[in-house]
Amino acid sequence: MTGILVLEQSLNGLQFGLMLFLLAAGLTLVFGIMDMINLAHGSLYMVGAYLIAAAALASGSFWLGLAAGVAGTALFGVLLETTVLRRLYERDHLSQVLGTFAILLMCNEGVRWIWGSQPMTLNPPPALSGPVELLPGFSYPAFRLLVIGVGLLVAAGLWALVTRTRLGMQVRAGASDREMALAMGVNVRRLFTAVFGLGAALCAVAGGMLGPLLAVQVGMGENILILAFVVIVIGGIGSVRGAFIGALLIGVIDTAARALLPPLLERLAGPAAASDVAPALASILIYVLMAAVLFWKPQGLFPSHG
Amino acid sequence: MADPVSSPLDHRLRKVPALVLLAALVVLPWGLQAAGQDFYLGLATRILIFGLAATSLNLVLGFGGLVSFGHAAFVGAGAYTVAVLMQDGVASAWIAWPAAVAVSAVLAAAIGAISLRTRGVYFIMITLAFAQMLYYVMTSLKAYGGEDGLSLMSKSFVAEAVDLGDERTFYLLTLAVCALAFLFVQRLLNARFGHTLQGLRENETRMAAIGFPVFRYRLAAFVLAGALGGVAGVLLVNQSGFVSPSLLDWHQSGLLLMMVILGGVGHLYGGLAGAAIFLLLEELLSGYTTHWKFVLGLVLLAVVLLAPNGVMSFRRRR
Amino acid sequence: MKWTSVRVVALAASLAMTVGAAHAADAVKVGLLSTLSGPGSGLGIDIRDGFQLAVKHSGGKLGGLPAEVVVVDDQQNPDVARQSAERLVKRDKVDFMTGIVFSNLLLAVAPPVFQSNTFYISANAGPSQLAGPQCNPYYFNVAYQNDNQHEAMGKTVTDKGFKRVALLAPNYPAGKDALAGFKRYFKGEVVSETYTPLNQLDYGSEVSKMRAAKPDAVYIFLPGGLGINFIKQFVGAGLSKEMTLFGPGFSADEDVIRAVGEPMLGMFNTSQWAHDLDNAANKRFVADFQKEYGRLPTLYAAQGYDAARLMDAAVRDTKGKLDDKKAVRRALEAAKFDSVRGAFKFNTNHHPVQDYYLRVITKDAQGRVTNRTLGTVFKAHADAYASTCKMPS
Repeated sequence: MTGILVLEQSLNGLQFGLMLFLLAAGLTLVFGIMDMINLAHGSLYMVGAYLIAAAALASGSFWLGLAAGVAGTALFGVLLETTVLRRLYERDHLSQVLGTFAILLMCNEGVRWIWGSQPMTLNPPPALSGPVELLPGFSYPAFRLLVIGVGLLVAAGLWALVTRTRLGMQVRAGASDREMALAMGVNVRRLFTAVFGLGAALCAVAGGMLGPLLAVQVGMGENILILAFVVIVIGGIGSVRGAFIGALLIGVIDTAARALLPPLLERLAGPAAASDVAPALASILIYVLMAAVLFWKPQGLFPSHG
Repeated sequence: MADPVSSPLDHRLRKVPALVLLAALVVLPWGLQAAGQDFYLGLATRILIFGLAATSLNLVLGFGGLVSFGHAAFVGAGAYTVAVLMQDGVASAWIAWPAAVAVSAVLAAAIGAISLRTRGVYFIMITLAFAQMLYYVMTSLKAYGGEDGLSLMSKSFVAEAVDLGDERTFYLLTLAVCALAFLFVQRLLNARFGHTLQGLRENETRMAAIGFPVFRYRLAAFVLAGALGGVAGVLLVNQSGFVSPSLLDWHQSGLLLMMVILGGVGHLYGGLAGAAIFLLLEELLSGYTTHWKFVLGLVLLAVVLLAPNGVMSFRRRR
Repeated sequence: MKWTSVRVVALAASLAMTVGAAHAADAVKVGLLSTLSGPGSGLGIDIRDGFQLAVKHSGGKLGGLPAEVVVVDDQQNPDVARQSAERLVKRDKVDFMTGIVFSNLLLAVAPPVFQSNTFYISANAGPSQLAGPQCNPYYFNVAYQNDNQHEAMGKTVTDKGFKRVALLAPNYPAGKDALAGFKRYFKGEVVSETYTPLNQLDYGSEVSKMRAAKPDAVYIFLPGGLGINFIKQFVGAGLSKEMTLFGPGFSADEDVIRAVGEPMLGMFNTSQWAHDLDNAANKRFVADFQKEYGRLPTLYAAQGYDAARLMDAAVRDTKGKLDDKKAVRRALEAAKFDSVRGAFKFNTNHHPVQDYYLRVITKDAQGRVTNRTLGTVFKAHADAYASTCKMPS
């Protein structure tokens, strides 16, 4: 039975890590190419989830909702970039932090204004709300399998985009050396807008996948945003490959810690310690990991800057 | 009593307006009582406390040039020390308050020693990470309330004659502490230490080339800022009678950063101005709409885009 | 010497009576502080709606005086709750406070409320601390004490013959009370007892641990959005085929049913109220609630309704002299109002002594998925903490 437990927890970790990757990929590209700290990235995830939920409710179909929501969020991201964020590229980090923090506040309140304070329900497609028998005696939720599938598909698509297309080449060039890329004739403005829109779309996909598992509520992006930042610092700012490895690492470690620490602590220090300390310890572990990586490889595991 | 050798790095106290402000603040409690608005004395106290916290952040941020995203940790450390000591039976302010400041200072020393070895965005991320770690530690310690926080059984005991439970007395004590702290910061900034710190902000390489021990100066500033943050925390926990881990989380650090930029990064009165603007806006707007944070975000965005040096920069003479 | 002191006392007493003479107020101010955002918001919104329906039923008045209800969102945050409570009692000077859903927030808010001599009528949170050693003359709970529904379920699960049960609750005072109550009456083996963080929404890890532990039954206390998520994930992982799920009324009421739907059919739960209870007050409440808000009320709404009715009775019985705190307290203790639960009585620790019913989720005559009352588990049940409460008279 322990084998099944390990398998199930591994799948959970993989699922979480892949969703973290979707968020981190957009964040690392924006940071790497535009050198901008974007605290509003979590808001794109929240807006995406809300748009998908609203569209799914209106159309009655999860898939239609997903498509509409992703498109809508990409549009929202492009709008945000061209109007406000563009002015922050040349500014210092403090201005970027505070400017995007302001956008975070406005998005939270805007969402509350439009959809109210109560969380919205986003249900998985009825066909996928039941279990799938992976092994005799072990059924895994079909929807989580979908999330894993979508995550892997998007990762593959991103890899193809970054390594096999012209846009991808410009992205890599911009991440590696922006001035040179400019000198070589890259249309920087359009590139930035495209990258931002792509990041927004990725956030929306993550929102649509995680919404049914968690909750579509105001402020849902903030906790996961911090984790995404940790991922890109570990993985290396500007590197999609780094974001992938970092996200999987964090996903697996976080899930493993939450699964293994409580029984361990219970054996060592009793049930109270297990419920009080274990969740905190699991979170602290992630930050310790980040500090350790920064100590040994200050540029992250896969730095993109030459 | 002008400073013997003034320089562009000096920050004038502007004695006359400062004394007028101080006098107005001293008579405020009686004024509010006459107007029947006693409740707002609590708000005034909070403005002073957050003004102190924001000024302490301004010390490293505005004058030191370090974007610390974990400053709330030091405010929280000060608050928690007082609360924990009170739970363990120590109610005397003469023991608890210095202890709290010491704890904040030691914490700042530890965090600073590691963080200051990094630069730029990594510094931001690491200060954030340490603050989050402290947050998680406090949520897990059920003995100290965990996520639900800790209530103070009574206010800290200062002296028989000084009852901190009386709002007016507490306000005047807070005013005294904040004024002293403020004066201390001003003197510090105009002394060699402050000049060096600002020089490091302007051009670190040059300062290092001249021979200033960059790391040591920055660490000293970080520790001082942390200690002052701890003072603010001590006052805060006495004012609200309650402390919870949410005082430590990154939202709170972001709020402090927001106050500093609203008031003026690198301006002596920036922290105080920013705290006043923020808390008054909150009190005013929340009466009108539950969506006041939207307006706050708008104001912040406007300030960032249009007046990046904050409100005080409008006053700066060319 | 004796005469002088008597005269002094008499003088003082008459002065006190003149100065502190209770004068009739011209309006009743109620502070309704509740969770109106986040996963727990459905509960707070129901309490608010139930409360306001009761005020509407008495013509916008409580006890004959115009009622002013100040509704504030505590955002499920202890800091916000405490500051809002202080603002309500100090700036707005409310006569009554009510509304809090979560026990941890109530424990944070209680000290300033009691210190300002304001009455708190709890319409939901019933932590054991305030029922026992920390009971307070200014605190009344018109709903229940946290352990009760779980005690009833503990008995039910034992009576139904389940021997091995896995327990799950959030890690906060009500969660601890819940599983303590269940274990008090459950006579079988507790296979695992897990407390999750109050903000945790993904139960994948807990679900896989249950799969490995293989209990006969699973007992959960997960209010509001937490319960919705868990039940969906429990069913989604296929566990509903292997083990039976039980919960208290909180995890099986209309809000959860609306979100989860048919997978919940057949789930047993206990509650001190059900919408099919047969008394005049309840029939009126349920019918008007549906008409006003377009949905069936949950037990939270019923509790909010009763809180208002209790305040109405207290103000009426003291003839509006709300400054006379002793009189208000006596009126509250007498509780002369028609509860939607039928007859209502307080115990010495200001908590109800009431019946607890067994309900099951089925389809009603109109094909709706909802609760049906099967029978009574406990009659005139008091909480386990009353004896440790030394209520000053």
